[in-house]
Amino acid sequence: MKKPTTFKAKLKIVEEFCKGCDYCIEFCPVDALKRSERPNLRGVCPPKLKDEGTCIACGLCERICPDLAICLER
Amino acid sequence: MVEKLTFTHPLSKYLRVDRLPHIWCEGCGNGIVLNCFIRALDELGANLDELVVVSGIGCIGRIAGYVNVDSFHTTHGRAIAIATGIKLANPRLKVVVISGDGDLFAIGGNHFIHAARRNVNLTVICVNNFNYGMTGGQLGPTTPLDSITTTSPYGNVESPFNLAHLAASSGAVYVARWTAFHIHELTKSIKASLKRRGFTFIEVISPCPELYGRYNKMGRGVDMMNWLKRVSEVRHGCDPAKAEVSSSKIVVGEFVSVDKPTYDQLIYQLMERVKGGSSVEGGG
Amino acid sequence: MLTGTHFLQGNAACAEGAIAAGCRFFAGYPITPSTEIAERMARRLPEVGGVFIQMEDEIGAIAAVIGASWAGVKAMTATSGPGFSLMQENIGLAAMTETPCVIVDVMRAGPSTGQPTKPSQQDVMQAKWGSHGDYEVIALSPASAQEMFDFTIECFNLAEEYRVPTILLADGFIAHAWERVVIPPPEEIKVVERKGPEAPPGDRLDLVPPMACFGRGYRVHVTGLTHDERGYPQADSVEVQRRLVKRLCDKIRANADRIVKTKAFALDDAEVVVIAYGAPSRPALKAVKMARENGLKAGLLRLITLWPFPEKDVIRLSSHVKAFIVLEMNYGQLVREVERAAKGTAVTLLSKLGEELHTPYEILRALKEVC
Ligand SMILES: Cc1ncc(C[n+]2csc(CCOP(=O)(O)OP(=O)(O)O)c2C)c(N)n1
Ligand code: SF4
Ligand code: SF4
Ligand code: SF4
Ligand SMILES: [Mg+2]
Repeated sequence: MKKPTTFKAKLKIVEEFCKGCDYCIEFCPVDALKRSERPNLRGVCPPKLKDEGTCIACGLCERICPDLAICLER
Repeated sequence: MVEKLTFTHPLSKYLRVDRLPHIWCEGCGNGIVLNCFIRALDELGANLDELVVVSGIGCIGRIAGYVNVDSFHTTHGRAIAIATGIKLANPRLKVVVISGDGDLFAIGGNHFIHAARRNVNLTVICVNNFNYGMTGGQLGPTTPLDSITTTSPYGNVESPFNLAHLAASSGAVYVARWTAFHIHELTKSIKASLKRRGFTFIEVISPCPELYGRYNKMGRGVDMMNWLKRVSEVRHGCDPAKAEVSSSKIVVGEFVSVDKPTYDQLIYQLMERVKGGSSVEGGG
Repeated sequence: MLTGTHFLQGNAACAEGAIAAGCRFFAGYPITPSTEIAERMARRLPEVGGVFIQMEDEIGAIAAVIGASWAGVKAMTATSGPGFSLMQENIGLAAMTETPCVIVDVMRAGPSTGQPTKPSQQDVMQAKWGSHGDYEVIALSPASAQEMFDFTIECFNLAEEYRVPTILLADGFIAHAWERVVIPPPEEIKVVERKGPEAPPGDRLDLVPPMACFGRGYRVHVTGLTHDERGYPQADSVEVQRRLVKRLCDKIRANADRIVKTKAFALDDAEVVVIAYGAPSRPALKAVKMARENGLKAGLLRLITLWPFPEKDVIRLSSHVKAFIVLEMNYGQLVREVERAAKGTAVTLLSKLGEELHTPYEILRALKEVC
């Protein structure tokens, strides 16, 4: 797994593209994500950060998401 | 229903964003391969105007329609033969074939072994989901023994191909296997194969939770991904003949990396040699 | 470039015609009686900077040709019945993706492996209907080695102009005939190039879109799925399917008058008309001349274009002729098209199966019977 990056990156979730596979949540190395409560138009609840500080911007979620629904804005 | 959504993503320029969201199911590994592929392009700084993506028919075959480069969604099994024509007619183009296990190794198997034998300068990525997704989860040439599919309802009695071994013994100059869980390694292998000359082959073992996973009681996508994570063993340089794929072990890694003159190099050299001559002047 | 007068086999003339038309890619798979085309292309193409590849089968051959065409190079394949059968799915792909390409089918006697060395005209209907779905192709029928040269060029020109697979439907007689062939200097040969997106509007036929080949920066998507004008799949839209299929067919149907070519001999006052194409048009001409010497009002309509079928010629003649005699080296194929267009005028088939060609005498006898 990549080392935590020193620069700041903001996690962006394109909620309507999420199909709810949970890969991002399951494989986040620091367990920073959980499902939100509000379903999107597909009826799935996209992920959200548990709290702002935990994400280490490792980029795993953006690379593993099959729907390109989660990404880091650098 | 979600057709009209706007898509903003740092990698948007690599995608035909007006075609998204894609058709693949929740947790389908095809999307991960698309993701890794465009990241490889980004990291390489690839010239998108000199890249052609060719696919066959199947769920993964739709990938050609999502990447924002010249692309050809061909007939079932014929992607490599069409890609061969593209590459030979314009060797400046980087030609990438991305297709399924059924497309490349059942109906298209003949083209695969011969393109590898000729060392046609192509990158071939096979998304191996152990079944025919598009047509509803039938048996294919990589379906493991005893697996349940709609056409092997009592369990598969056919031995599957070891794709990496087949590619290597047919003449591929670069052979790697990863799973959809190995996003960093896969991206690295895609980059390596795009940089190389010759017939390069990457097998990606990929979850099809909707069909193969369901029929074989493998749980959701996350369960299949956790299985891939658990059973894979990285062994670079492993003899592809011994690189097993089973429910208890999947050997992954870069297996083969050799250098050989490519078909287009040889044919264009030959052309230089005989160009301008006339074997027929003045006669039949 | 080969020019001047040569004594050439029909298949060699075809290969030279392809080169003269600008063909720089050939993919094939050996099969009698077309193999000499591949052999000559293997020798000749590298000399003119072109690529020859012998593929693993005919499916691969037509596929590679389609790929090469999208890479911007004029491309051809050549085969015979069994290989032509294998190519059908991708001929449909070429029609659907509007890929200019040329397929030479040197017809031999079928069905199946049949009689490899025996000529026939048994693939005439397959050429039109062999792939699934509604589509149109163009097919030409040569009757001499010279025409193997000329019509191959014409096939390329039509393919490029209409963005359609065109088929040279030769037969074993013509393909293997050694004859005098005149190859004009390049500047005297009309060669059509495909229109790219940079062509000014109006500089092309309405129903034929310009073609953005790979590697030119257009990021084009090509698919055999029903697609809209951007090339995007529209698998569920009735409207897109209707619009696409109609245009694929209408670009040929609506231009049939520009495409169709026939040759008339002594038709003006003819009461009985022989309709022939390919090799049988040679004894047919002789028979009609003999009939005229015998005072019979016979004429010959030779079909050069087989698809689209020259129905207007037949309809026009049917208003005043007494009967048609159709010559075919099969058990009756194109005769059905003649019957359809003849609208009640008597149609007789003179069928030949196996090696022999119609003799002028048997044609004359048939003419006498109906005159
Ligand atoms: C000639 C032909 N035969 C059958 C089909 C139906 N068909 C479409 S996709 C497919 C199998 C695809 O399997 P695979 O290549 O593994 O891709 P996947 O859907 O699993 O991604 C089949 C049999 C077809 N389109 N064309
Ligand atoms: S970037 Fe890494 S740390 Fe942050 S949420 Fe995604 S996977 Fe977790
Ligand atoms: S990986 Fe993507 S699709 Fe899956 S839950 Fe996360 S954001 Fe949604
Ligand atoms: S059927 Fe399987 S392979 Fe096809 S999109 Fe769904 S999960 Fe993916
Ligand atoms: Mg599959």
